[in-house]
Amino acid sequence: MAKVPVEFTLNGLETAEFVESGTTLLNALRDKIGDTSPKGGCHQGTCGACSVIIDGELRLSCLTLAETCGGADIKTTAGLAEGGVLHPLQRAFLDAFATQCGFCTPGMIMAAKVLLDRTPNPSREDVVEALSGNICRCTGYEPIIQAVLTAARANSQNAA
Amino acid sequence: MAIRRGRGVAAINYPTGMNLGGDPTQALVHSTPTGNFMVTLSSVDLGQGMKQIMAQICAETIGVPTDRVIIDTADTDTGPHCMGTFASRGTHRAGNAVIQAAKEARQVMLEVAAEELEVNASDLETDGQGNIQVKGAPQKSISIFDVALSAHFKRGRSISGRGMFLIPRSYPEKETGAMKPSTCYAHACTVAEVEVDDETGEVTVLTVKNVFEIGRALNPKMVEQQLVGGSWMGISHALYETTEPYYPNRDHGGTDFNQYLMPGPGDLAQTEIIVLERPSADGPFGAKGPGEMCANPQIPAVANAVFDAVGVRIDTLPITPERILRALKAQAAG
Repeated sequence: MAKVPVEFTLNGLETAEFVESGTTLLNALRDKIGDTSPKGGCHQGTCGACSVIIDGELRLSCLTLAETCGGADIKTTAGLAEGGVLHPLQRAFLDAFATQCGFCTPGMIMAAKVLLDRTPNPSREDVVEALSGNICRCTGYEPIIQAVLTAARANSQNAA
Repeated sequence: MAIRRGRGVAAINYPTGMNLGGDPTQALVHSTPTGNFMVTLSSVDLGQGMKQIMAQICAETIGVPTDRVIIDTADTDTGPHCMGTFASRGTHRAGNAVIQAAKEARQVMLEVAAEELEVNASDLETDGQGNIQVKGAPQKSISIFDVALSAHFKRGRSISGRGMFLIPRSYPEKETGAMKPSTCYAHACTVAEVEVDDETGEVTVLTVKNVFEIGRALNPKMVEQQLVGGSWMGISHALYETTEPYYPNRDHGGTDFNQYLMPGPGDLAQTEIIVLERPSADGPFGAKGPGEMCANPQIPAVANAVFDAVGVRIDTLPITPERILRALKAQAAG
């Protein structure tokens, strides 16, 4: 099958790859480009582990075709840390013990980032709503909710 | 038709490990040339934090900081033998094996240090910071880094140790059937408060208050995260999870986890966790296995709370709205 060229910005870097038509963004990121931070959980858009941010919107990379991402600005959890310093969300997840097996964590962090980008001071209900598309088996969710609220507080303190 | 409130309590004992053909776990410890300690295990960290706990246990036994220990659980083909990470046995079984291996390695380390310092090994102690010193004369000391270099390049000693922890198989006594199929019980008690809609059969868990007795909490924050997640999972077992929710036969059952219900972040009960520490006699530094135990007491507590709320005893899990409505119907007909 003829391969399709696709170019997009991944975590601020120009990225170009040839993919087979029909390749999901998830598989392109993991298998072609080498960004394994989005996880393949259900591969049918229900678990949220593959979540990435495309042009500011939370997207399921397992349901997004790579060839539709030409010119897009894509962000993944792998691009959050700056200069070796963890993003406040990553720090908060660590401090709150909000990760155990870790498989849902990158998707949770992406969902939380989109929330905080739009709603810097979310209520608990806002956080629950934002995370409702992401499944976790280990934590019971409460530590994750607390981590997102903590990160929001840290952000607003830095901004002040 | 009304929303009815109920409260239920339940207490459990939960064993550590199992009794098939015996329950062994093996551990090997050796020092690198620069005085770090490698622990080789075939026990696997599933995310519960076993690597961290094994590093703490090894470090405490040898007398070095935890960050001087490396845990290698890479390969069950080439590693030492372990029955596996299940039955809440990881900390207890592997931890005991690591202690035994680390003690042997510590003894060799002290012997090499004794040769370097020209003293008796029995007169030496570790300072916990990476040094070995003479008891009562801490100015006479040598770093473990230098001890390891000496062992490797000068004295030809292997600072290493072997550990094996075995709970032998228990057979039932012929006359009485008495046996000891498991060891080292952890305990828990849960009080659950629920609301039951007697029109829809829907159950909402309002609060769940848990007390867990887990021996020594070797890493209190990691114990807490296990217990919080476990408490949620217990409610999930009680009310949601099943592979057989469909009719009339198995062909209509769920095919993947999309049809496997679990409570989401919007379905959380207000959860309280209290930890009681009563160190176990045979556990590593008094630890027990809290892993699976913590997801059990919520199940009978919720069932009892449902009974308290609407007077029907549901004895099949999960406690679905349908089962409650059928039971209410039978009760009304009765």
